[in-house]
Amino acid sequence: MASTHSSDSEAGDSVTGGDATRPSDHMDAPTPTPESKITQPKLGLAGYGRFFWRQLTSMRTALFLLLLLAVAAIPGSLVPQITSDPNGVIAYRNNYPDTAAILDFFQVFNTYSSVWFSSIYLLLFISLIGCVLPRTKHHFDALRARPPKTPARLSRLQGFTTRTTEADVATTIDSARGLLRSQRYRTELYGDSVSAERGYLRETGNLVFHAALVGVLVTVGIGGGFGYTGQRVVVEGYAFSNSLASYDSFNPGRFFSDDALDPYTVALDSFEPVYEIENQQAIGQAIDFTANVTTTVRGDEPQQSQIKVNEPLSLSGTNLYLLGNGYAPVITVRDADDKVIWSQPTPCLPFDANLGSTCIIKVPDGLDQQIGMLGFLYPTAGTLSSGALASVYPDLVSPVLTLEVYEGDLGLDNGQGTNAYSLNTDSLEQIAGRSSDAETLRLTPGDRLELPNGLGSVELTSIPRFVSLDVHHDPSQLPVLLFAMLLFGGLITSLFVPRRRMWVAATTDASGVTTVEYAALARGDDPNLEAAVADFADKHSQQLRVRVES
Amino acid sequence: MTETLVSYSLIAVYSAMAIYTFAFIMFAVDLARRSAESSDASAASATGLATASAQQASVMQAASSGGTATLTASPASTGDAAVSHSPKSLRIAMALTVIAWVLHVSAVIFRGVAAGRVPWANMFEFTLTATALIVGVFLLVQFWQDLRFLGSFITGFALLALGVGTSSFYVDVVPLPPALQSAWLVIHVFVASLSTGFFALAAGLSVVQLMQSRREAGKALKLRFLDTLPAADRLETLAYRLTVVGFVMWTFTLIAGAVWAERAWGRYWGWDTKEVWTFIIWTIYAGYIHARATRGWRGSRSAWLAIVGFAAVIFNFTVVNLFFKGLHAYSGL
Ligand code: HEM
Repeated sequence: MASTHSSDSEAGDSVTGGDATRPSDHMDAPTPTPESKITQPKLGLAGYGRFFWRQLTSMRTALFLLLLLAVAAIPGSLVPQITSDPNGVIAYRNNYPDTAAILDFFQVFNTYSSVWFSSIYLLLFISLIGCVLPRTKHHFDALRARPPKTPARLSRLQGFTTRTTEADVATTIDSARGLLRSQRYRTELYGDSVSAERGYLRETGNLVFHAALVGVLVTVGIGGGFGYTGQRVVVEGYAFSNSLASYDSFNPGRFFSDDALDPYTVALDSFEPVYEIENQQAIGQAIDFTANVTTTVRGDEPQQSQIKVNEPLSLSGTNLYLLGNGYAPVITVRDADDKVIWSQPTPCLPFDANLGSTCIIKVPDGLDQQIGMLGFLYPTAGTLSSGALASVYPDLVSPVLTLEVYEGDLGLDNGQGTNAYSLNTDSLEQIAGRSSDAETLRLTPGDRLELPNGLGSVELTSIPRFVSLDVHHDPSQLPVLLFAMLLFGGLITSLFVPRRRMWVAATTDASGVTTVEYAALARGDDPNLEAAVADFADKHSQQLRVRVES
Repeated sequence: MTETLVSYSLIAVYSAMAIYTFAFIMFAVDLARRSAESSDASAASATGLATASAQQASVMQAASSGGTATLTASPASTGDAAVSHSPKSLRIAMALTVIAWVLHVSAVIFRGVAAGRVPWANMFEFTLTATALIVGVFLLVQFWQDLRFLGSFITGFALLALGVGTSSFYVDVVPLPPALQSAWLVIHVFVASLSTGFFALAAGLSVVQLMQSRREAGKALKLRFLDTLPAADRLETLAYRLTVVGFVMWTFTLIAGAVWAERAWGRYWGWDTKEVWTFIIWTIYAGYIHARATRGWRGSRSAWLAIVGFAAVIFNFTVVNLFFKGLHAYSGL
C-alpha cells in the first residue's frame, strides 16, 4: 500500500463516505469541490463565528499550534526559571540587569506560566476539544451503522485477488461471513457479497488519547491547586512538625487552606551517608544517603522509618523527600563571665562536592556587642599548595572550622540581616580575620578559643549533620498517572490497530464454478493490508474445500 | 578486574569503529555502483538491467498513480527478490556492519560488567549504548524492509558519535550517585535510546525522500543512485511507520521520566531543561503525525518535520547535556 491518500480519492468517497466530522482539511475528508468555493454562503455573525470555529478546529491550526508550542518552550530552557532555578534568576538579574528587564517584560523567567505560553496551549486545547467532541459523536454513530455497500468493481481496490471454488454462491458467502466474524469484523450481506469492517478501536484509541490529554491538563491545573510543598532543614536529634510555622519555606497551591496540614512530627535520629573509598577515580563520591527518622502521626505510636533518595516516605497523604544534606556544627558562645549565651547547631551551605561549607552565625544578644561570624567548615581538612585550607573528603575525618568574627550592628532590626545564610557586613567591623589584627579563629571539635576584645569565648562543641526535606502534598498525582496511562494505551491502539474494510463477492458461471473476489480498503496507515486479504482468501478457500469434500 | 574489563570494552569499541569505517566505505561503494547501474540502465533503456529495488520503486509508483495491473504484485515478494539479487558490495557492507555491531555490543556488555550496573549512566556510556541500539535497530529493521541503502548514513552516524564519545566524553567507571540508583534508570534511559534508533532511521529515510521528490519533480539532481531507491511516497510511508514506533517509545520515556522525577526530585514535572527538550521533541513528532494527516502537509513538509525532530533529539543529547544547567547533570564531565 503506497498511499492511503491516493487510494481513497481514487476509490472514491462514495466508498469511504468521507469522514464528514473530521476537520475538513484532514487527509480522509472529502475533497472540497470547486462549486463549494463559488457558492459561499452569506456570512452573518453566526456565519463568521462558524467560520472561525472551523478554522480553529482544523488540522492546520492544530498543527500550527503544536509547532508553535514547541518553539515557545525553547526560551524557558535557555534562561533560568523562577520555579526551577530561583538562584539562577537572581544571578542573571545581577549580571545582566538590562536584558533581565526585557525578559521580565515578556515573562521569560516564568515562561511556562506566562500569558503567551498559556494562550498557546489553551488555544490548542480548545481546538482539541472542538475537534474531538464531534468526532466522538460521529464515532458512536459509526459503531451502530452497517458496513457500507459493496463497491461495484472490487478489482479497483487494494489487495484485490480471486479464488475459485466448487461450492455454490450461498455457501461461499455464508462461510466468508463466518470467517470474517471470527476475525472480529462486523459484517453485512449485500446480494451475493459480504461487506465487513473492523478496527473501530483505532478511532476509539485516538479519541481516548486526545481526551486523556485534556484530562492530564485539567488534573494538573486543578488538582495541583489543592496541594502544597514545604521545605525544612532538620538537624540530627531535632524534630519538626507539619505546620505552617515550622517550615523554612512553603508554597501553597491556589486552593490551599491551613487545615489541609496534618500535624505529624518527624524527628531526625541520624543521617548516614556512604562515600566511595575504594575506586581511585571516585574517592569521596556519595553512593548512599539514609535518613533514619521517627515519625509521630496524631494518635499513633511513634514509628521508625527511613528516607532515601529515590525512596520518599509517605506520611498522612504527604511525601517526604530527602533532597540535600550537610553539616550543622554546634557553636557555643560564652560571655566574659563564662556564662553560655548561645549554643545551637548552625546548618552550613555546602559549596563543593567534598562538603566544604559556609557557616553564618549571628549572636544578637548577651554580649556587649552584637557579633556575627563567617565560618568555613572543612569536614576533612587538607592544605592546598597555596597554603589555603580545602576539604578533601566529605566525611568527618579531620574537621576544621575557621571563623572570622565581626562586631557591630547585625541589622536584624531593620530587616537587612534576616537571611540566615548571608551576613551583611555594612555596619559590622571585623575583629578577627584577614582584615583585622587578630587572626581567623581555627577550631577542631572540642576546641574553645577566646574572642578578641575580651568579649568572651567560642567553642566548637560538636558537628551533627542536617538534611533538607521537601514535604509535598499533591492530590493530582494519581489522576495524572491514570490519565497518562489512558493516553499511552489510546496512543498504541490508535497507531497500531488496523482499521480496514473487506469485501467478498461471489459469482457462478455456467459450468458451476464459483469465482470469489476479495478486496479491501485501508482507513489510515495499514501496512499489512494486502497480506491480510491474501491470507483471508487462502483461509477461506481452504475452508470451502473442506466443506465441499465433507 | 574492573580495569581489565574496561580496557576490553575500549578495545572492542575501537575495533568496532575500525570495521564500521570499512562498512561505511562499502556502503558508499554500493551507492556509487547504484549510480553506475542506473545510468547503464537508462542508456540501454532495458528494464532487465535495473535492480530489483528499482522494480519495486516502479511498482510503488504505479500503485500510487492508480495503476491496477501491478497492484496484485505484493511488495513482500519484490523485497525478497531484492535480497537474493543483492550485489556483492552491499552484502560485504552488511556483513561488516554485523561484525562491527557484535564487537560494539560486546563493548557495551564489558562496560556494564565492569561497572556492575547498566552501562548508561554518563555521556560516554549513553553514546556507546545508544549508538549500539541505533545500529541494532537498523539491522533488525532489514527483516521487515530492505533499508540497506541507509547503511552509509547509519554507519557514518555511529562512527561520528563513537569518535566524539570516546575522545571527548570518556570517563572512568564510577559508582552511581544516589539519584541514579533506581530501576527507572534501566528502563527510562534504555527506551529513550531505543527510540533514538527509530528516529534516526526515519530521519535518514526522510532525507532520501526529499531528494527523491525533487528528482521526481523533474529537478536535476546528479545523484543517479536515487533511480534504484523506492519512490518518495513509499519512503515517506516507511519513515512514518518507523517514526510512529519511535514516538510511542518517546511517549513512554516522557511518562516514565515523570514518574522517576516524582520519586527522585519530589515532583513529576518541573520544566527542568531536559524535561523541556523532551517535551519539545515529543511535540515536534506529534506535529509530524498531524502533518501526515493534514492536507497540504503530507510529503516534503512532513519530511522536514521528521528531520527537525531528529535534529532536536541530537541537540537534546549533546548541547543540552553539556551546556544547559539543570537537574539532569549526569554527563559525568
Ligand atoms: C495537545 C494537542 C495535541 C496533541 C499532543 C496531539 C497528538 C496526536 C497524536 C500523537 C496523534 C497520533 C496518535 C493518534 O492517532 O491518536 C494524533 C492524531 C490525530 N489528531 Fe491530534 N493532537 C493534539 C491536538 C489535536 C487537535 C487540536 C486536533 C483537531 C484539529 C487533532 C486531530 C487529530 C486527528 C484527526 C488525528 C488522527 C490523525 C490520523 O488520521 O492519522 N489533534 N494527535
